[in-house]
Amino acid sequence: MLESFLQFTFSGLTVGAVYALVALGFTIIYNASDVVNFAQGEFVMIGGMSTVFLRQDGLPLAAAAALAIVLTTVIGILLDKLAIARAKRASVLSLVIITIGASIFLRGAAQLVFDKQLHRLPAFAGEDPLTLMGATILPQSLLVLAGAAAIFVGLWLFFNRSRTGKAVLATANNRLAARLVGVDTAFIMALSFGLSAAIGATAGVLITPLTLTSYDVGLMLALKGFAAAMLGGLGNPFGALVGGLAIGLIEAFGAGYVSSEYKDASAFLVILLILFLMPRGLFGKKTVERV
Amino acid sequence: MFGLFKKATLLTTAAGCLALGATPSFAEIKIGSVLAVTGPASFLGDPEKKTLDMLVEAVNAKGGINGEPVTLIVYDSGADANKARTFATRLVEDDEVNVVIGGSATGSTMAMIPVFAENDIPFISLAGAVEIIDPVNSWVFKTPHTDRMACEKIFADLKARGLTKVGLISGTGGFGKSMRAQCLDVAPAKGIEVVADETYGPKDADMTPQLTNIKNTDGLQAVVNPGFGQGPAIVTRNYRQLGIEVPLYQSHGVASKGFIDLAGEAANGVRLPATALLVADQLAESDPQREVVTSYKAAYEEKYGEPVSTFGGYAYDAFMLMKAALETAGSTDGEAVRAAIEGTKGYLGVTGAFNMSADDHLGLDSSAFRMLEIKDGAWTIVE
Repeated sequence: MLESFLQFTFSGLTVGAVYALVALGFTIIYNASDVVNFAQGEFVMIGGMSTVFLRQDGLPLAAAAALAIVLTTVIGILLDKLAIARAKRASVLSLVIITIGASIFLRGAAQLVFDKQLHRLPAFAGEDPLTLMGATILPQSLLVLAGAAAIFVGLWLFFNRSRTGKAVLATANNRLAARLVGVDTAFIMALSFGLSAAIGATAGVLITPLTLTSYDVGLMLALKGFAAAMLGGLGNPFGALVGGLAIGLIEAFGAGYVSSEYKDASAFLVILLILFLMPRGLFGKKTVERV
Repeated sequence: MFGLFKKATLLTTAAGCLALGATPSFAEIKIGSVLAVTGPASFLGDPEKKTLDMLVEAVNAKGGINGEPVTLIVYDSGADANKARTFATRLVEDDEVNVVIGGSATGSTMAMIPVFAENDIPFISLAGAVEIIDPVNSWVFKTPHTDRMACEKIFADLKARGLTKVGLISGTGGFGKSMRAQCLDVAPAKGIEVVADETYGPKDADMTPQLTNIKNTDGLQAVVNPGFGQGPAIVTRNYRQLGIEVPLYQSHGVASKGFIDLAGEAANGVRLPATALLVADQLAESDPQREVVTSYKAAYEEKYGEPVSTFGGYAYDAFMLMKAALETAGSTDGEAVRAAIEGTKGYLGVTGAFNMSADDHLGLDSSAFRMLEIKDGAWTIVE
């Protein structure tokens, strides 16, 4: 009994950490521009796929991962400069639609630049599972959890302790006012996309040994990550972390105790309930519109 | 192996796909094809298209079929049944093809059948499900084994090992769903008892909860995993993570080198039914399939520099059956070609020996499957 319970928990934490990493990527761009960047899943894919292919070209794993993250960051900044920044007067909705277009474009480009096969990376800390009271967890799962925690702490410090982070929040709050007090909003936007892409790519590198990767993994990850971010309250790093882990755990317990047929249904049911009862998510800020 | 910086060749292949269907000429044999060359089922459509391209080129170099050049017109459905249907109509009305090979997946095949049947065009599908040929439509044939035959092969192997209590863990994609239903249906007749029945989504990242439940089922003797894509690789790795001791069977859906690469160490000991193509080098000298299998494999691997796959083999057999039928009929008359395909007897292909009849438009039996086991990261034949 306890053994199964622990195993379900480990599974939930593993999957949940994956969702949390993707959800964390959504927070920065959302905080800077109110835009939900649906190309976030593609950042994860490019991070994983580039690492796989750079490694095939002979680079050691660590160098391949680092280069992949840099490459994805550049793509993120280009996405802002070439698509988002040029549509500066467009409404948030139009910008969101641009990101959907960008995600389709990046997926297509990945098919050509990489290939259409599934790939994997070796686990960073070995493939042998760790056993705790009869239940097992892979070292890689712990790395993904640690990665999610580290990115969460980093984001929290960035938004709350650094001037640049506060400038990001100021830009989101009122772009005109931010510009009036000397915030370079164009720089903030580029920075947000770059950082967001870097976080996505890091997630891609960390999860590929567990979940495998291919040119089309981004779509599902973006959906689940977005659901996690919504559940926790969009724009709140802590919410993204909790939301991701919560969805992972609900899915694992749903599959384990209820029925694997209704695994996805149980997760979405909880999300719907929470959004009905708390439309801003678990940790979302209440926004007050002053007239 | 494609490196990051070798995109030029890929781009030219992509351009090649677009350029097809542009050169009409006189008195030629037109073979139409709708394949999932890109999109989620591209691992089916891509080797199928490459195989057809290669065969058409080879046939034309030898003077064509019945002395007439062969033109191949391929459209990419992207695994979308709606698109496949539109392309089917275009093949019939604009391109005026004589015969059709294709439909990489069951959905697009089923969507296209009415178009070809209404216009008296012989159609050989490359998709798996049994519903394509059962009930028999006189214009429709197929080359891949059915999932039902895979279940029968696995269950026969289990019986031979004295194992009868089986847990199923199936993907909820089209392939996994269909094979799960067939396995459940055929189990009682084969003396197999399904003691656990779990499912997972095709994109799921972790199946340990389902496997934990299967592991805790009383009397479990083996586990069967119908599905393809990343699911079976993750199931296999989770299976080892949980330390489940009973034998694990995969389906022919993962019968490619890719599966071994993805599952890594965990793949060792996994058994699955597959075609002779995977073990071409290990076939006995006396094996009747040896020649056709090794020559296709060598030709494909030399031309494309990538390992041959089971799915390309389906296209190979479809083309050869169609070529033989066109030669037997001596013309492109739809009814004559159709009757010739139906009359196929003893054609030895890479998938197996085909013996068609009026009520069997597949013509394979489960002897076409070899039971393989993965040992030290390579396929071995289970005797």
